[in-house]
Amino acid sequence: MTVESTAAARKPRRASKRASATKKPQSSEPQLVQLLTPEGERVQHPEYDIDLSADELRGLYRDMVLTRRFDSEATALQRQGELGLWASLLGQEAAQIGSGRALRDDDYVFPTYREHGVAWCRGVDPTNLLGMFRGVNHGGWDPTTNNFHLYTIVIGSQTLHATGYAMGVAKDGADSAVIAYFGDGASSQGDVAESFTFSAVYNAPVVFFCQNNQWAISEPTERQTRVPLYQRAQGFGFPGVRVDGNDVLACLAVTRSALERARRGEGPTLVEAFTYRMGAHTTSDDPTKYRHDDERAAWEAKDPILRLRTYLEAEGHADEAFFTSLDEESDVLAKRVREAVRAMPDPEDMAMFDHVYADGHSLVDEERAQFAAYQASFAEEGN
Amino acid sequence: MAVQKLPLAKALNESLRKALETDPKVLIMGEDVGKLGGVFRITDGLQKDFGEDRVIDTPLAESGIVGTAIGLALRGYRPVVEIQFDGFVFPAYDQIVTQLAKMHARALGKIKLPVVIRIPYGGGIGAVEHHSESPEALFAHVAGLKVVSPSNSSDAYWMLQQAIQSDDPVIFFEPKRRYWDKSEVDTEAIPGPLHAARVAQPGSDVTLAAYGPMVKVCLEAAAAAAEEGKSVEVLDLRSMSPIDFDTIQTSVEKTGRLVVVHEAPVFYGSGAEIAARITERCFYHLEAPVLRVGGFHAPYPPARLEEEYLPGLDRVLDAVDRSLAY
Ligand SMILES: Cc1ncc(C[n+]2csc(CCOP(=O)(O)OP(=O)(O)O)c2C)c(N)n1
Repeated sequence: MTVESTAAARKPRRASKRASATKKPQSSEPQLVQLLTPEGERVQHPEYDIDLSADELRGLYRDMVLTRRFDSEATALQRQGELGLWASLLGQEAAQIGSGRALRDDDYVFPTYREHGVAWCRGVDPTNLLGMFRGVNHGGWDPTTNNFHLYTIVIGSQTLHATGYAMGVAKDGADSAVIAYFGDGASSQGDVAESFTFSAVYNAPVVFFCQNNQWAISEPTERQTRVPLYQRAQGFGFPGVRVDGNDVLACLAVTRSALERARRGEGPTLVEAFTYRMGAHTTSDDPTKYRHDDERAAWEAKDPILRLRTYLEAEGHADEAFFTSLDEESDVLAKRVREAVRAMPDPEDMAMFDHVYADGHSLVDEERAQFAAYQASFAEEGN
Repeated sequence: MAVQKLPLAKALNESLRKALETDPKVLIMGEDVGKLGGVFRITDGLQKDFGEDRVIDTPLAESGIVGTAIGLALRGYRPVVEIQFDGFVFPAYDQIVTQLAKMHARALGKIKLPVVIRIPYGGGIGAVEHHSESPEALFAHVAGLKVVSPSNSSDAYWMLQQAIQSDDPVIFFEPKRRYWDKSEVDTEAIPGPLHAARVAQPGSDVTLAAYGPMVKVCLEAAAAAAEEGKSVEVLDLRSMSPIDFDTIQTSVEKTGRLVVVHEAPVFYGSGAEIAARITERCFYHLEAPVLRVGGFHAPYPPARLEEEYLPGLDRVLDAVDRSLAY
C-alpha cells in the first residue's frame, strides 16, 4: 500500500461513501438487443431474430412517421393555445410502434400519458387523445373498444391494474396477454414494485414495458436506480431484457417474444426499452435547466426513424414515391388533427355531474338541480 | 430592505432560504427540487447555494419521500418535503396518516416529528387531471396533523418558517393559482401565531370565512357588495387544523351571518365542520343558517369546466344575498 492510498483510506468513511453514491453505477453497460444499428445496418441476434416482409417494414416506418407528425402537430397546437399541455413522444417512436405492433387485438394495453404511438397501433383515433390535453375531458375514449386503457397520470398506478387484469385473463383460461407501459421514473414507485410481486407470485401474463427515456422530468435515471432497470426483474423471479428502444425491429421482436411467453403461461417479463426523450418532459417543462444540448445531439444520431429509412433505401424496400406519398399522408393527418381540435366543443356545464356514479346518488342529483337553477337565474336576468 | 413586494412563490422561496440558513437541521426533499428548482420553482437556486445534502432530489416515490422524512426527523432533522401536485400526495397518504400523524402519541410524547409537507393545491390554472384538487379536509380529519394554508406573500413567508419550527407535522397547502400574485412581505416583522385567523376586511352585515386561494375571491366579493351598500367582513382562516373558532365567533357575534367558502367539495368538507361548531357557539346570534360555497360532489372537472366548478365572485355574492335574505 502506498502512502497516498493509506492517506486516502483514512478519509472519513461516510464522506467517501457518499461521494461514490452520486457517481454513475460502476456495472459494465449491459448489452442491448439490437437488430438495426443507428447506421441502419441489419444485424442478427441469436435469440430475437425476426423476419419481416418489405411491406411490414414499410408499415412500421409509416407508423413512426405518422406518429411523429401527429406529435409535432400537437406540440404546435399547444403553442397556439389550442391545448393546455402536451406530453411529446419525440424520440420514442420505435419503442412504441415496435411494442405496439407486437400486440394482438385481444391483448390489453395499460398506458401512461405519452403512449400516442401505441394508441395509434391500437386504432384509437389520434384526435381522441387530445381531449384531455385540451381540457374538455379526462379520457375521451372507450377503453374496451380497442383494448387500450385510459391514460394514467398518477405515476405507476396502471402497472397494478395491468397485473390484476392479467390475473383475470389467466383465471378465464384465455391466452391473451397484457402490457403495461411506464417510465424509468415510475420504476421507483411502490405500486410498480408491488405489481412485480403480484405478477410473479400469480404468474400473471403481463409484459412490463419500461421506456427508459433517461429522464423523469429533471431527474436522471441514476436518481431512480443503482442497477440497470431490466435487472430488477431478476429479484422478483422473472426475466428482464434491455432492448435498443430506438430500434423498431428489436422492440417488435423482444415484445413479441415476451408476449408469447406470457401466453404460454410462463408469467411476466420486464422489457426495458433504452431510449431518449428528445424534447421537454411536457410543454410546461424547461429542460435547459437540467440537461445539456450535447446529450440530445448524441441521441439524435440514433434517431429511430432515420435508421429505418436508411435500411429501407439500402435494401430497395421503398422508393421515392413511397416517401413522397407518406409525406402527403402526414400533411393530411396533421390537417385533420388541427381541424378536429379546433372544432372540439367545450363540454356542457352540467357535464360535471355526469357519470359520477353508475347507480346514481341523491346528493349529485340535488347539486345538479341547484346548479342548473343557479345558471338559469343569469339567463332570466338577461345577462 | 425589510419590506418588499414579492410574488407568493418567491416569498416561499425566500422563506425556505431563511430556514436553511437559520437551522442546519432543515432539509428540503422532493422530486425535481434541485436543479430544476421544483416544477413551480419554489426551491429555485436553493440546491446551488446549500448543496445536494441539504436540498435533496428524491426518487419518484411519494411514500418513500414521506417515509424517509419520518426517519430523518426521528434522527433529529427537520425535513421539508415537496409533493409536486395535490393529486400525487396519495401514494404518501398511508405514511402521513398511519405513521407521521400518530407516532408522537404512540411514543407517549417522547419523540417529535417536525416534518412539513408542502402541497401546491387547488385549481384555476387550466391543468390536467389530478393537478387541481383541494384535499385539505382529508388531512384535517386526522388527529396528529396540523394543516395550514397562506393566502398572501407575507403569510407564505412567515407561516412556512413557523411550520418548519413547529415540532408537529404540518401539512402546508400552497394556493397554486396565487403563486404569481404579488403582495408585501416585511421580513423583519414579528409574525402572529401560526394558527390564528385574521380579519382581512372588517365589515358588519355578514362574515365570509375563507382560506388559501378563496381569500382573494372573498375580498373581491366584499368590494362588490360594498358598492351595493352591504358591509361584508372577510376572515382569512389561515389554519384548517386547528381552526381559530374564537375569531370566527367574535365576527359572527357582530354580523349574525356566516358564509364559509372553499374550493374543496362542500360535502364532508371544512365548511361543514365550521358550520356545525359555529352553530353551537353562536346559536342565539345567528340571523341565518351558516351557508357554504364550494366544489361539487363530483371529480374536479376538465379544465374547460373549472370556471363553473370553482366558486367565483357570483356564487359568493349569491350566498351573501341568500344569507341576508333570511
Ligand atoms: C405519483 C406522481 N408523482 C408525481 C407526478 C408528477 N410527474 C409527472 S410525470 C413525472 C416524471 C415521470 O417520469 P418517468 O416515469 O420516467 O416517465 P416519462 O415522463 O419520462 O415518460 C412526474 C414526476 C405524477 N404524475 N404522479
